[in-house]
Amino acid sequence: MQPRSYERARPARLDATFAALADPTRRAILARLASGDASVTELAEPFAMSQPAISKHLKVLERAGLISRGREAQRRPRRLEAGPLAEATEWLAGYRRNWENSYRRLDAVLDELKASRPQDPRKSKRGPTARRRR
Amino acid sequence: MTTPTLTVKTPSDREIEMTRVFDAPRSLVFDAHTQPELVRRWLLGPDGWSMVICDIDLQVGGSYRYVWRRAADGTQMGMGGVYREVVPPERVVATERFDQAWYPGQALNTVVLVENGGKTTLTATSLYESREARDAALKSGMEKGVAVSYDRLAKILVTRA
Repeated sequence: MQPRSYERARPARLDATFAALADPTRRAILARLASGDASVTELAEPFAMSQPAISKHLKVLERAGLISRGREAQRRPRRLEAGPLAEATEWLAGYRRNWENSYRRLDAVLDELKASRPQDPRKSKRGPTARRRR
Repeated sequence: MTTPTLTVKTPSDREIEMTRVFDAPRSLVFDAHTQPELVRRWLLGPDGWSMVICDIDLQVGGSYRYVWRRAADGTQMGMGGVYREVVPPERVVATERFDQAWYPGQALNTVVLVENGGKTTLTATSLYESREARDAALKSGMEKGVAVSYDRLAKILVTRA
């Protein structure tokens, strides 16, 4: 069900994006940044984590290009960068579309099975109404 | 009924997890995943491909083999694996390896079916050997997914009308 050949070269940034997104804390940080820029201190607040631990997560996100650092000297607010996230989402969307095609066909097969087979021996004893399709 | 939503997630850096609800009891969904005459009707690639081999030995240690063929040029694509767990009608775990290694190594696929009120929630998880393999698997969908989906959707809408 997959293409016969695929491009072996993989975009390194996309790998970094997926790796960065694999961690729940980092996803929570991105969700927080989606509602506005925030400093490291502000980002650390909702988590039971030290600032250095948060900084480590921020570095991973930054390397993946998912966030950037503001110029403001004191706060250095982090900002969400939408580009790589959109690219990763598109990957998932493509995979999803692919399977959705197959699953739509499966829906049709199941509809047919429901119509032709008694689903449950207990139900079928009650007569045909029990297994009639809506 | 409106088409249920298929959710795709990456719960870890080596996994892809799909969730979808089917309007059927799980015994039917299980059969549709494990009986060759049913599998070959829906587990297809883009239009123009058909399943020419669908062998299933549904038991722990038993193997399965799928081969698809494109009518236009005779191109074939095959994959198969071995069943690790078979628990009708709720769970199947099997390995997966493609003939053409479009992702490195093999994957471990787990299908879990949960029935509630006559509907079945399917959760299909693929665990790959590496993040690179997982990403290659994800990428495959993007290459052909867009082109075929609208055609097929249109056809299904016509046949169901």
